[in-house]
Amino acid sequence: MQSYRLRLKRRRLLLRALRKRHALKPVARRTDAIRPDDILLFATLRNERVRLPWFLRYYRELGINHFLIVDNDSDDGSREYLAAQKDVSLWHTTASYKGSRYGMDWMNWLLARYGHRHWTLTVDPDEFLVFPFCDTRPIRALTDWLDTYEIRSFPAMLLDMYPKGPIDAQPYREGQNPLDIAQWFDSGDYTISRNREFNNLWIQGGPRARMFFADDPHNAPSLNKIPLVKWQRRYAYASSTHMLLPRGLNVVFDDWGGEKVSGCLLHAKFISPLTAKVSEELERREHFAGSREYMVYSEQLSTEPDLWCKWSEKYINWRQLEILGLMSKGNWA
Amino acid sequence: MTVGFVMMCHTELDRAAQVARFWAEGGAPVVIHVDRRVDALANTKFQRSLADLANVSFSRRFKCEWGTWSLVAAAQAGAEQMLARHPEAGHVFLASGSCLPLRPVQDLAAYLAARPHTDFIESVTTADVGWTIGGLDEERFTLHFPFSWKRHRRLFDRYVALQRRFGLRRKVPDGLAPHMGSQWWCLSRRTLASILQDPERPAYDDYFAKVWIPDESYFQTLTRLYATNVESRSLTLSKFDYQGKPHLFYDDHLQLLRRSNCFVARKIWPRADRLYSAFLAQRSAIDATAEPDPVKIDRLFTKAVERRTTGRPGLYMQSRFPHRDRENGKTSAPYSVFQGFTDLFENFDGWLAKYAGARVHGHLFAPERAGFAGGESVFAGCLTDSATLRDYNPQAFLTNLIWNSRGERQCFQFSPRDNQACNWFLATDPNAQISVISGAWAVPLFRSPESFAVTRREAARLQKIELDQINILRSMYVKARVRIWTMADFIENPMELMQTIIDEISPRSTRRLAEVPRLVDLTGFGRFLQNLKNQGMQPRLMGEFPVGDDAQGPSPQRGRPYIVR
Repeated sequence: MQSYRLRLKRRRLLLRALRKRHALKPVARRTDAIRPDDILLFATLRNERVRLPWFLRYYRELGINHFLIVDNDSDDGSREYLAAQKDVSLWHTTASYKGSRYGMDWMNWLLARYGHRHWTLTVDPDEFLVFPFCDTRPIRALTDWLDTYEIRSFPAMLLDMYPKGPIDAQPYREGQNPLDIAQWFDSGDYTISRNREFNNLWIQGGPRARMFFADDPHNAPSLNKIPLVKWQRRYAYASSTHMLLPRGLNVVFDDWGGEKVSGCLLHAKFISPLTAKVSEELERREHFAGSREYMVYSEQLSTEPDLWCKWSEKYINWRQLEILGLMSKGNWA
Repeated sequence: MTVGFVMMCHTELDRAAQVARFWAEGGAPVVIHVDRRVDALANTKFQRSLADLANVSFSRRFKCEWGTWSLVAAAQAGAEQMLARHPEAGHVFLASGSCLPLRPVQDLAAYLAARPHTDFIESVTTADVGWTIGGLDEERFTLHFPFSWKRHRRLFDRYVALQRRFGLRRKVPDGLAPHMGSQWWCLSRRTLASILQDPERPAYDDYFAKVWIPDESYFQTLTRLYATNVESRSLTLSKFDYQGKPHLFYDDHLQLLRRSNCFVARKIWPRADRLYSAFLAQRSAIDATAEPDPVKIDRLFTKAVERRTTGRPGLYMQSRFPHRDRENGKTSAPYSVFQGFTDLFENFDGWLAKYAGARVHGHLFAPERAGFAGGESVFAGCLTDSATLRDYNPQAFLTNLIWNSRGERQCFQFSPRDNQACNWFLATDPNAQISVISGAWAVPLFRSPESFAVTRREAARLQKIELDQINILRSMYVKARVRIWTMADFIENPMELMQTIIDEISPRSTRRLAEVPRLVDLTGFGRFLQNLKNQGMQPRLMGEFPVGDDAQGPSPQRGRPYIVR
C-alpha cells in the first residue's frame, strides 16, 4: 500500500518535471558532446558569478565531464560566464524557484532527459563533494567501484563550514577557494533519525542547529544528502537532494553495524557576501518553508554572530573527516 | 629456462597489451586468450598492436562466462599452445588482462629457476577453505550445475535446493581429492604437461565441466595427482572482499605494492596510470631473492572488510545507523554514571576527577542545561549545553559525547531530577558503569528551604521516577555494570565501596583512596523521613535511618574524611 502510494508520488514528481520543462530555455546546449560514460553535474543557481570559477575548477579537477546548469534569472553576469564555458550546457528560466519545488522540478527533468544511465552529481554552487581518496583518485574511480558492487547511490552529508569570527569579516574573492575562509566545522553534534516512509536517514545538527535553531531543533535544516546517483529516467529527487524515489536508493547506510562508503558535501555557505544574499533572498521569498531559514539568519546576522567555538575543528582533508566518523571508506581500500 | 605467461583477456585490451609487451620484451613467451565475446574489430586491433613481438601468440578463443567450464577450457588451450611452441618455458604462469607485474621478468624467472620442480598453486581441501562465498564449497563437486548463476540466478538456486532435498549427488572420479584455490597459478612444465596429457583427461574434463566454478578447482585438484612439490600459495597478489569481489589497486597503492615484493598483482584499476607507468618501466632485475611479502596489503584489505562488516563501535553516522541491539557497541568507550553521589557528598565531582583520572561532568541531563565538566557551555564536537537541543535526541547527545571524547574516560552525574529518556539505553549498554545510591535525591529536599508541602510532593515524584529506573536496572536485559545501594548502606562504608568503583574505572592505578569526599550534614534526616511518612508518603529507597537526633546514620564521625590505614 505504502509502496503503491510512493510510486504514485514518484510518477507525480516526474510528470511535474515534464510539465516544468517548458520554463527552461536553452542558452548554450552542448549536450551532444556528452559521451555514454561521462560523469555529469547538475545545478541550479542564481547570482553566483563570484563563486563560479572556483566551483567549475573544483569539479573539473574531480573529474566531472559535463555541467548541466539552470540559471534562475541571474543578473550578475553568471549566465554570460557559464555560456562561454566549453563543458557547460546552460538553460535559463525566469520561472519561480519556489514554484518548481526549489529547482528540483528542473533538476528532475534534466536528469531524466540527459542523466539516464550516467553517474550524476546534483549539487549547489556552494557545495563541494569530498569522498574517500578524493585527493589521489578521481571521481571515476569511485563510480567504477560503485558499479562493480551495483551500488546506485552515494551519500554525502552536508557539512556546514564557517570562518572564525563574524561571517562577513573576510570578503570572498573570485577564484579563491572558499574553504580557505570557511575552514571550520562541527565534528560531533549531529543527530540522526530514521524516516521509515522513505527509508532514509534524517540528519540534523551542526552550527546552524546550534546557533540559529537551539530553541526549535525540529525545524533545523536537514543535512542528509544523496548527491551522486547512477541515474535512470524513472528516478526522481523527492525533496531537494535529501531523498529519492524509488526509496531503495535512500538505503545508503548499513543497519547491521557495518559502514557503507560515504562522503561529505562541504557547505561553504557562510562566507561573505552572505548578508546581502540573505536580504535578497528574503525579499524574493522563494525558499523552503516560507524562507524560515533565511528569516532566522537575517535576525541573527545583524548581531554579527560567530559560529566558531573552541571545539570547532579545522578542516584538513577527507581522512580527518573519516577519522571523526563523518564519512566512511566502507570496504573501499 | 624462462617462464611463459598465459593471459586471459576480455576487457581493457590496451592495458593487457601493455603488460603482454612488458613480459614479451623481457624475454618471456606470452600466449593470449581473448574472450570470444570481444568484437572482431577490437580483437584485430589488439592483435595488431602486438604483431611485432615474435614470442606473443594468440590461442583458440572461447566464450567465457564466470563460474563455468569455458574458463578452464581457455586456460587449457593456452597452456597447450605454450608447452608446444615454447620449449624454453620451464614454468607457465596463468594471468589475467588486469594483472600488473610488480617486478621484472628476470626476477620471476630467476626465482622459478631456483625452484624448478615447485608448483605455485593455492590448493586447499574443501573442508579447509574458509573463503567460499554463497555457502557452496563441498557441494561444488557433488551437485549438478546446468544453469548459469549470473543469468538465471533463480533457476540456479532452485535446482541446488532441489538436489539437496532429494539427495541427488554426483560421484567424484576415483583418485581425485577435490581441492580449491585461487584461479591464478604458476605450474612447472612437468606438472602441467602431466595434467594435459593424462590419458584419463577426457573423464576428468567431463566431470569438471559440470562442477561449479571449475577454474578454482580443476588445476587445483589435478595438480595434487602429479606434483612433487606444491607450494600452496599464488604468486599473484589478489585479495577478495567479503562479497567475493577482488579488491582494486589504485595509484595511491604504489609504495605498498612496491614494498610487497610480489611478482604480479591483480586487479588494477585500468585508469591507474601511475601504477602502470611505474611498474612497466622497470626492466632490469632488482633482487631475485626477495620473497613476496604481502602482509601489509593483507592488513589493509582485512581492515576494509572489518569496517564494512562490523564498523566502528559506538559510531552513528550517515552510512552506519544500526538497528537497536545490532550496534556492535552502543557507545564507543566505557563511561561511568553516578547517581546520588553529588547529593550526599560535597564537591564529589572534584574529588572524583582527582582519583579517577577522568573527565567528570555534572548532571549532563539536568532539566535546565547540560552540566559539562568545569561548567563549560560547549564540549567536544561542539555539543552545546542547551537542554532543548539535548532533549531533541538525548540518546544521540550521549553517544556523540562518548564518541567525541574517545581516549578519555567520561563520568557524569545522574538523578531522578534529570531527563530519564536514556534509561533503557544506559542499562543495556555494556560500556556503562552505573552506580546508584538510592534515595539520595531526598537529601537536597531535606536541606531545602521550601515548604514541607512542596518537598513532599517533589519527594513523591522523584521516588516514583527512581523506582521506575531501578526496575529497569534490575531487569534481565541489563548489560551495564550496575551497582545499587540504599543511602543507609552506602554511608556505612563509603570508602570501600568507592574504592571498588574507582578500581574499575582505572584498574592499573595502584593508588589507594586516602580520603572520601565530605559527607553533607545529615542531622535530622531521620526526622525528615518520618515527617514524610507522617504525611502519608512512604520513603522506600533510603534504607533505615533512626528518628532520633543522632540521625547521622551509623557513622558517628560527622563529615570527617575517613582515613584508611
